[in-house]
This record gives sequence, C-alpha cells and structure tokens, in this order.
Amino acid sequence: MSFDSSQRSNSDTVISLEQVWKTYRMGDQDVHALAGVDLEIKRGSFWAISGSSGSGKSTMLNLLGCLDRPTSGVYRLEGQDIATTSDDELSDLRLSYLGFIFQNFNLIQQLTVQENIELPLFYQGVDASEAAKKSRSLAERVGLADRMGHRPTELSGGQQQRVAIARALMNDPSVLLADEPTGNLDTATGDSIMEILTELHDQGKTIIMVTHEPEIAAHAQHELVMRDGKVASITQNNATAGVPA
Amino acid sequence: MIGERLYRDVRLGVKTLLLHKMRSILTMMGMVFGVGAVIAMLAVGEGASKKALDEIRRLGSQNIIINSQQAVENSGQNSQRIRMNIYGLLYADLERIQSSYDTVVRAVPAKLIRSEGRVAGRSQELRLVGTTPEWFDLVQREILAGRQLLDRDVEQNANVVVLTEHGARKLLAGRTAIDTEVLINQGYYKVIGVIKSESTQSGSMQTPDQNIDAYIPLNVAIERFGDITTIRGNGSRSRELVELHQLIVEVDKREHVESTAASIERMLSVFHPKGDFRMSVPLALLRQAESTQRTFNIVLGSIAGISLLIGGIGIMNIMLASVTERTREIGIRRAIGAQRKQIIGQFLIETVVLSMTGGLIGIGIGLLIPWIITIVADMPTVVTPWSVMLSVVISVGIGIIFGMYPAMRAANLDPIEALRHE
Ligand SMILES: Nc1ncnc2c1ncn2[C@@H]1O[C@H](COP(=O)(O)OP(=O)(O)O)[C@@H](O)[C@H]1O
Ligand SMILES: [Mg+2]
Repeated sequence: MSFDSSQRSNSDTVISLEQVWKTYRMGDQDVHALAGVDLEIKRGSFWAISGSSGSGKSTMLNLLGCLDRPTSGVYRLEGQDIATTSDDELSDLRLSYLGFIFQNFNLIQQLTVQENIELPLFYQGVDASEAAKKSRSLAERVGLADRMGHRPTELSGGQQQRVAIARALMNDPSVLLADEPTGNLDTATGDSIMEILTELHDQGKTIIMVTHEPEIAAHAQHELVMRDGKVASITQNNATAGVPA
Repeated sequence: MIGERLYRDVRLGVKTLLLHKMRSILTMMGMVFGVGAVIAMLAVGEGASKKALDEIRRLGSQNIIINSQQAVENSGQNSQRIRMNIYGLLYADLERIQSSYDTVVRAVPAKLIRSEGRVAGRSQELRLVGTTPEWFDLVQREILAGRQLLDRDVEQNANVVVLTEHGARKLLAGRTAIDTEVLINQGYYKVIGVIKSESTQSGSMQTPDQNIDAYIPLNVAIERFGDITTIRGNGSRSRELVELHQLIVEVDKREHVESTAASIERMLSVFHPKGDFRMSVPLALLRQAESTQRTFNIVLGSIAGISLLIGGIGIMNIMLASVTERTREIGIRRAIGAQRKQIIGQFLIETVVLSMTGGLIGIGIGLLIPWIITIVADMPTVVTPWSVMLSVVISVGIGIIFGMYPAMRAANLDPIEALRHE
C-alpha cells in the first residue's frame, strides 16, 4: 500500500470511525481506552472533543493523528483504511494529511522559527527556496513574519503557538489536530489563538480540537463529549458566528 | 537532489552540535588523540625503519658481503717485538667462490688500505679500495664527474683513482677534480671520476664504501702496496698480512642468497678454521628489520585500535545522553511525519560529523608532531598516505558503528511517549 499526498478523496467525509476499540493490557486487566467509537467527520467541519480526565480524549486524538492504530474496528482517513499500514506508511500519512498543534507548542529549540515552520517540507523533500516562500507566507498569515530568524525561546507562549500553527499548515493538511491548544496560555492570548483557528475553519480547514474548557469548546461547530472510551454526546453548536450549519 | 538533502542534514547536525560546543569538543577528544597518536607514531616508526632498511638495501639484497677479520687468539698481543699477523680472505678463496657455485654470478674482491693522499700541499687520509670495475656494478653509485674504473684501467695497470664527492672536496678544495694527479704512497694517480658519497655507516656492519674511499684497480693495489701493511701504535709496531679485505658476492636470485651464503660459509670455515672472516647477508638483515617493523606495526595498531575504541565508546555515551535529552524533539519530528530511517540518519550524521571532525583534527595533529620531531630532534619521519587515508576511513567507520545504537534507540521511541516526555 502506498499513499500519495496529492490523492485526496473528493468525498465529503475526511475521517470515519467504525466500532473502533483501543485496548491496553494493564497487568491481567484490559483497559478499554476506546470502546466502540463510531464517528464521521465531514470536510471543513470544526470539532471539539471534551470529557473528564481518563475518558479517552488523548487516545482518540493519537489515533486520529495516525500515531497509533486501533486494536479493532476501522479507521479511514481520506478513504484509506490504516489498519494494516506499516510504521513508515503511518509516517507518510501524517506527513501528507495531518497537522498537529500541541498544548506545549512543541517547537524544536535549536531551530529558528523559519526552520521549525519548514520542517514538514524538509521531510517531504521539497527544495529550500520553495519551502522558504511558503513559510514566509504562512508566517505572515499568523503575524510573525518579522520573527523568522528567532529561536522559540525568544518568543512568548502565544507567539510560539502561532509558529506551531504555521508549521501545522505547511503541508496543506486535510485535518488540523489540536490538543488543548490554549491550555498553556492566558485567556487573552488563548482567545487570539482561537481567533486564528476560527479563521482557518472559515477558510475551509477541517479542525479537531481536544479541550476541557467549555468556553473554548464553544468555538467549535460540533462538541463531542467522551465518557469511559465511548461517545457520550454530540452537540451541534449553532451559536458559532458566521458558520453555515 | 540527494546532495542537497545530505547538505541540509549535515548542516543541521553541525548546528545541533554547535549548540553544545564544549560538550562536542570534549566528545571529539578521544578521536583527536587516537588518530593523532596513530599517525604520529606510525610516522616516527616508519622513519626509523626506512633509514635502517635503506641502509641495508643499499648493500644489495642479492649480495653477500664477506670481510676479513683478525682471529680472536691473534688480537690483544702486547709484544714489543715486530710480529706478523696473518689472517683474512685469500686470493684462492675468491677463485673457489667464483668457480664452485652455480648460483654465484660474480665475486668482487677488494683490498682496503689506509694511506694518505696529497695534492699541492693538502693532505687527506684515504681508504684505498683496490678492486675491479665490477665493484661499481654491485654497489651502484651515482657518477658525479668523469667515469668509473673500466677493464682497460686494469689491463693497462693504470695509476688512476676514482674519488668520492667527500674525498674530492677535502683533497682538492674546489679545484677541478678530473685529471688532477694525487700523490699516494710515492706514486701519482690520475683522478678519472668522482662518485656520490654514501656517508651512512651502521655500527654493526662494515659497509663496502666510506666517505674517504678512493678506488684504484686491484692489480695496481697489489703491485704497489703488496699484502703486508705496517701498523704503528703507541710505541709498538705490528705488521699484517692480508690478501683480500673484502669480497662482495652477487647471487643470481634472491631465493638463493641465504642457501648460497650458508654453503660459502661452510666452505670458508674449512680453509679458515680460526674464523678470520665475517659474513653479512643484507637480505637476512632486511628480513629481520622488516619483521621487526611488522611487529612494531601490530603493537601500534593494537594501541591505536584500543584508543579509537575508547574514543568511539565516548561518542556513543554522549549520543545516548543526547537521545534521552532530545526525546521530545524526536517525538515532534515523528509526529510531523519523519520516518524511523530519517531519525536514524539524523543521529548517525551527528555522530559521523563528531567522529570525522575529531579524526580530521587528529590527522592535523598527527602531521604536525612528526614535522616538529624532525625539526627539533632531527629524526627522520615518514607520514605514509595510507595511514592518513586509513584514519579518515576509521573515523567515519567509528561514527557509524558507535552511532548506530543511539540512533536506533532514537528511532524506536514510541512517538506518543516521546511527545509526552518532559
Ligand atoms: N499507553 C497506555 N497504557 C495503558 N493505559 C493507557 C495508556 N494510554 C491511556 N491509557 C488508559 O486509557 C484511558 C484513557 O486515557 P486517555 O486517552 O489518556 O484519557 P484522557 O486524555 O481523556 O484523559 C485511561 O484509563 C488511561 O489510563
Ligand atoms: Mg489526556
């Protein structure tokens, strides 16, 4: 099996989960981190996943992010079943279809802002001048064009998260995955990050965000609540400004 | 394309290493001194052995050299009387050797006589070598002026002499050498040629030529000087009768040298029960020197191997620490889409950059030390190209071998765990 980044299904559905289980064996006991999840995520939708600690949010995001495989069930990303993929193919899927935004930003300290942003294209083998052009335009988009040569440590938390967003957009991902993107930021800065995400959604990006803060979750179209590895509820959030249902 | 990628990877590796300059430098030290010591020691060893080997080779590896020597019971006499010492190689020995061995191409005799040479008031102690033109075939010397002895000099009983460069300079003091008449023992000898001096003389071997040699035809030497020489010591006088002082025997093949030498020695022992001769076989000495050199190289190689091993372990140790320290970075790269082999590549390149930089600095030091030794201690040193090339190969190899394990550790980290790492 091989994946081609240019090959995107033209279907409305980006992600579909059918009876997905993720079971960890702890001693002689099975822990079902995911216990039969069914889910369909349409292109261009904005999802918030919430739930109490231990409910399976992180496991879910890792799975959606192709960092892990389900124990059973079917996970399709852009129509491709990832059940039997090799480690290298999972890497290719992440490189082609996914962008990650983390709670603690996860920039590489010894690289400059520009080099951090260009990382996905570095692994795609895109040549340097093309990568530089693209990183510049994305840096402009998140308002950091004048910080390209700086190190992450020279930036504030909000600025670092913007760099991380620019990096996540570098490969034109099908899905942006954000794990508590405002968790390490003060309210004002967090709001500005949410503004960027909302803007990206308005421009048609598919976003899946894990958060435990209701105010943050309120930015999303769909609010999925997990409990004991299961989908407890899905709420449509029609209050989201300017988003057609 | 691949070149550009490699360039980017190497640049990243260098950048990462430069973040911890002190640590990187200390990590490289093992390689620096390992490689430096190897090249320097090899250069000194090679220089010493080359000097010895050259000296032996100059004697001719197909030659056997037989010298006359006083038998033990004859020496140490303290008599006031004039007495005659009779010893050494005989004209008959020369004929026996020339006629009885299929493997002997030729045997060249020499009479060695100490005498003074004079030219226009200058005088110089010479060692007259009465020999045949074949001497010049066996012990090849560069002719600087004129010509060597020829058969016609022998046939004509000509009073001619070939000087060494050194002797000519001492005796003639810048005057044109050729055709000058040199007064030796009440006879005039015309200088017909000057050959290059081979001044080196190892203590253990009586070399067939010396600085102050002057070559004259053998028959002239016999006619003019006879076989008896008088030696004046402090208050005592002694006389010696020696027919030939030296024989150089050329053997047809290298393989026959040692057996022929043994057989000649057996034969001579019959005629010289007192043992008033000594044989030296350059080939045997050469073999011995070469085997000493081999042993030396093996010992050196082992020391080098151990020090490089220690250097490699040092690098591996630091790289393992670096992998732990950079677990999160590895997780980030994997999440973005780096494959395992790309993580392996990244860490391997860092180790190779470390070990190779260490190796290159080591080569620099290894070239510098012999140079200084030669200048300061006036010892010959020879840096062999293969030792430098081997060092480059070894430092890259060490980087790959000792970098592989840390790199695999990095690549096999679970991305989820790695991302969670603090
Ligand atoms: N690697 C793991 N090994 C064992 N159990 C795990 C592992 N990851 C998660 N779990 C378990 O799965 C359940 C869900 O965890 P998680 O997805 O981290 O929840 P959340 O992110 O909502 O707090 C928890 O009971 C947790 O202990
Ligand atoms: Mg969690």
